Amino acid sequence: MSQALVESRPRRTAMRAGSAFLTTHPRTRLALLLAAPLFWLVVVYIVALALLLVTAFWSVDSFTGVITTEFTLDNIIEVVTGSLYQTVTLRTLGVALAVTLIDVVLALPIAFYMAKVASPRMQRVLVILVLTPLWASYLVKAYAWRSVLSQDGILEWLLAPFGGHTPGYGLPATIITLSYLWLPYVILPIYAGLERVPDSLLEASGDLGGKTWPTLRLVVFPLILPAIIAGTIFSFALSLGDYITVNIVGGTNQMLGNLVYTNVGAANNLPLASAIALIPIVIIFGYLFLVRRTGALDNL
Amino acid sequence: MKRTPHTARRGAVVGLAIASVALLTACGTSSGSGASGASDEPMAELGEMEGQVSLLAWPGYVEDGTNDPSVDWVTPFVEETGCKVTTKTFGTSDEALNLMKTGDYDVVSASGDASLRLVAAGDVAPVNTDLIPNYEGIYPFLKDQAWNSVDGVPYGVPHGYGANLLMYNTDEFPTAPTSWDVVFDKASEHAGKVTAYDSPIYIADAAVYLMAHEPDLGIENPYSLDEEQLAAAVDLLKTQRESIGEYWSDYLKEVQAFTTGDTVVGTSWQVIQNVLEGEAAKTAVVLPEEGTTGWSDTWMISSKAKNPNCAYAWLDYIASPEANAAATSYFGEAPSSDAACEYREDCEAYHAGDEDYASQIWYWSTPIEECLDGRTDVTCTDYAAWTSAWQEIKG
Repeated sequence: MSQALVESRPRRTAMRAGSAFLTTHPRTRLALLLAAPLFWLVVVYIVALALLLVTAFWSVDSFTGVITTEFTLDNIIEVVTGSLYQTVTLRTLGVALAVTLIDVVLALPIAFYMAKVASPRMQRVLVILVLTPLWASYLVKAYAWRSVLSQDGILEWLLAPFGGHTPGYGLPATIITLSYLWLPYVILPIYAGLERVPDSLLEASGDLGGKTWPTLRLVVFPLILPAIIAGTIFSFALSLGDYITVNIVGGTNQMLGNLVYTNVGAANNLPLASAIALIPIVIIFGYLFLVRRTGALDNL
Repeated sequence: MKRTPHTARRGAVVGLAIASVALLTACGTSSGSGASGASDEPMAELGEMEGQVSLLAWPGYVEDGTNDPSVDWVTPFVEETGCKVTTKTFGTSDEALNLMKTGDYDVVSASGDASLRLVAAGDVAPVNTDLIPNYEGIYPFLKDQAWNSVDGVPYGVPHGYGANLLMYNTDEFPTAPTSWDVVFDKASEHAGKVTAYDSPIYIADAAVYLMAHEPDLGIENPYSLDEEQLAAAVDLLKTQRESIGEYWSDYLKEVQAFTTGDTVVGTSWQVIQNVLEGEAAKTAVVLPEEGTTGWSDTWMISSKAKNPNCAYAWLDYIASPEANAAATSYFGEAPSSDAACEYREDCEAYHAGDEDYASQIWYWSTPIEECLDGRTDVTCTDYAAWTSAWQEIKG
């Protein structure tokens, strides 16, 4: 037995030496393992964010459009005190909240049906159906809604016999389109959360005399609350940063993303754009901080 | 016990973050040098063609048959020179300005509200017109103008010029409107179905209207507005906004809005009318009595051009009578030379070569603090002021 071990002792090659070195030096091993992803994370996320933050303190030469790299608080002051930015921030927040609310209300019954009512076969079909719209381009879907909501679009045609009218292009159109776009992102976490709720709990509640609503309210809801919040993080954050949909169906309305876009693309004022971009970042961080305790972040 | 190292570590992280931010700022400061000085000298002589050229152009300026198989003046150029053409279109001058900063494009078709800023930022190079044989035939009143030359040094080749027009739905307006008041004082009659051009330069359109209707303001030049005059234009545009359905900068979006009837009246270009006519939409365009804003465009070469020889070849080609006629005719503007008129029949409609008519259009130019109308007792509002005013108007 011991002889066999001695005999099968491997020869020393460079690779084995390296492997042995790594086994005895766990910290080096960890460093090598993490180097690539950390580099990516640091360069792509943290440095980019830091640069954004730094740029907000610069200014731009209004004629040539060249960035002057002298420290100034003007942009931040303008963004915090300017009535334009306050109006647009409130509008953007309103749209994001409305979209989130609509999506949660729509997603809850769909997810519940998928997780608890549908047969396994039906369940798979429904998951595929929910995911299918994600295969189409965001732009295609937004432009599709542009023609749906148009004055001679299908919505007008459908509603006209009942005396209704398409809302036309504007904030309602933006909310409708964004709700449609982000719905799958809200359904999926809630569906996953509901999957984890054991059926036995529902049966136990029923056995103890709990009717449908009390069971949903007192048993299911507290259990899937983190999943719901996880879904809202998606729809809220995505709506907060959107500027394309509102450009396509939003009529004259601007959201924070449009202000960033026009300041980068049209006004060529990168510093002011950076300062504006900090608003949604602050809001999202505030939101994440609020929901951190609910455990929702584990459901993302 | 465990707390101390944790706090210490957090402190270290915060310190590191601050240090790196400071470092980044320092880096930025050292590299943020001025822009002038890049490639100040025009090219002395042509070399070998690079085999490709990348153009940044207004929609309808570079057509290779993909939008309309019968409209193609790029293919002959490619066959003639061997320079493969890639094109990117833009919707506003600001967009062009910003895209030119990337250095990815060799040539740009710049309007007057972009050209001087491109020169000032060092993004375009002077042009040696001796290397462009077709420069000779171009109308003299287009050469050496404030928007294409600096101190007598040409920075590009004139392309064509035209006017921003009032487009209307012929069902909604059985008789053609004659005044811009349908989009200003009478805009509420078509509330929600009025459109306007989504760019700060549109403030000049309001100023042109005020020139005719509020002479007390004393506006002499729509691009040179003092604080008070700008405020009047902004007020007019804020009232207009209540009736606006949507602003446009993407011309295809405007085409669609007029086709579906979501928009029935607003500012437009001849090329949009041409596209709409092709789709049998019920629209027409008119040049209102107040006069209008317009553009006089210049082909310019990037100071960072990777394909300068093909770029010069393009400038010469697009100034050649046949190509210039095709391009300006498709866009709906006057060509840059008399010779081009031999290749198109509608030159008179655009008053090509008519210097007096050309002087009645207020060509886009960049508003600067020094008043363009010659006033010296006030400072005028610059483009930055116009930009923030425009954002305020849109709300």
